[in-house]
Amino acid sequence: MSKIDRRSVLAGLAALGSLGVAAPGQAAVSTAEATALVNQVVAEINGAINSGRSEGAILSQFETIFQRYAAVEIISQGILGPEWRAASSQQKRGFAQALRVYLARKYGRRFKEFAGGRIEVQQSRQSRRGYEVTSRAVLPGQAPFSVMFRVAEIGGQPKFYDIVIEGISLGKVEREEIGVMLDRRRGNLNQLIADLPKAA
Amino acid sequence: MTPRLAIPVLLAAATLLSACATPDTPTEVFDPYEQTNRQIHQFNVGLDRALVRPTSNAYGTVIPQPVRRSVSNFANNLDTPRFVVNDILQGNVLDAGHNTMRFLVNSTLGLAGLFDPATSFGLETRRTGFGETLFVWGNEEGAYVELPVFGPSNQRDAVGTVVDLVSNPISSIFSSGEQWIPPTANVADRLGARYEFADTVDGLLYESADSYTAARSLYLQNRRFELTGGVDDEFAFDPFEGFDDE
Repeated sequence: MSKIDRRSVLAGLAALGSLGVAAPGQAAVSTAEATALVNQVVAEINGAINSGRSEGAILSQFETIFQRYAAVEIISQGILGPEWRAASSQQKRGFAQALRVYLARKYGRRFKEFAGGRIEVQQSRQSRRGYEVTSRAVLPGQAPFSVMFRVAEIGGQPKFYDIVIEGISLGKVEREEIGVMLDRRRGNLNQLIADLPKAA
Repeated sequence: MTPRLAIPVLLAAATLLSACATPDTPTEVFDPYEQTNRQIHQFNVGLDRALVRPTSNAYGTVIPQPVRRSVSNFANNLDTPRFVVNDILQGNVLDAGHNTMRFLVNSTLGLAGLFDPATSFGLETRRTGFGETLFVWGNEEGAYVELPVFGPSNQRDAVGTVVDLVSNPISSIFSSGEQWIPPTANVADRLGARYEFADTVDGLLYESADSYTAARSLYLQNRRFELTGGVDDEFAFDPFEGFDDE
């Protein structure tokens, strides 16, 4: 299967992906598939940051990357925790959508600072929920640093659900950050969904 | 460290360490002094807004990038003997040799450390400090503390920071009239870093929903990663937790 085909299949499955899937299945996804996913993500990030396109164009490329390869519903579930369980399916869909825009903008800007550099995928090892695929960001004039992707099988496909930069888990950072935002809105999830895309 | 300073500093360090608070069960964030920490955080953010950010902006705008890089190289080179001392205290012979070679290369070929040819020979910077030495010696990290000016830390690293400040062996080669050179180089290096990563730091300090918890989370995760070289699976982001039944 060519890369394009594989990509469109992944995208199609992502679009169909149900919101109910919660726990990862038994390791039907192999370490090679987990690595292949991260290779693909990294290739697209490298392409985006070195494309020389406008910030708006790069950020929408990042949104596509999150759409195709990230388990945004699972990340949403981890960020909201018990609130996720209490949310209606409409709220779940709304939150996941808002989160995707928020993450793409916020981290798209950060990754844009990596322009002129590249990310190299290193190795993959099994972890409790799936795989940890480690990579190295090599930037001109700076010491290389570690970027690790946590990958799990979601609906039969490998998807990443966390990015850990020099030990800093973006999932954990955002769980705290968005938790504070929800508290500030007195737990009003609809308000948070409306505000989140504008918060980055 | 000058002998005059060594004894009081080590005594103070020992006292602080023995007073390290420990949680009853291992927790990811142990912050019993949050109220005080938040006040210090307010002070630090104010200091950044009023002084550090504008100064770093001026420094970055006025001083061209190659000169800033040389200042940074110079500061790093002056720090390297201190890394060697800590490598030895940690029993890390490999890094002690690595950093000694690095210091010799950069002090000579690198023109007193203004340039960094060592990195291109595979002798990249390997920073360490007394905080890491205390970790290697088996001390617990203690409670999270935010230090005035220095920012996020823990009790163990707070002791390390104080010891590092007064224990650079390089200061003995400077005459009493030149003692200002190493700390000034360090401050300039910090200002350069504040300028270089301005977007990231501004994002953290001024755009986070709660910059105190954001800074605490970043510091604790990154520091543990630096010291252990890995991420503790126990504290990993686990969005499946509590949803296993579905």
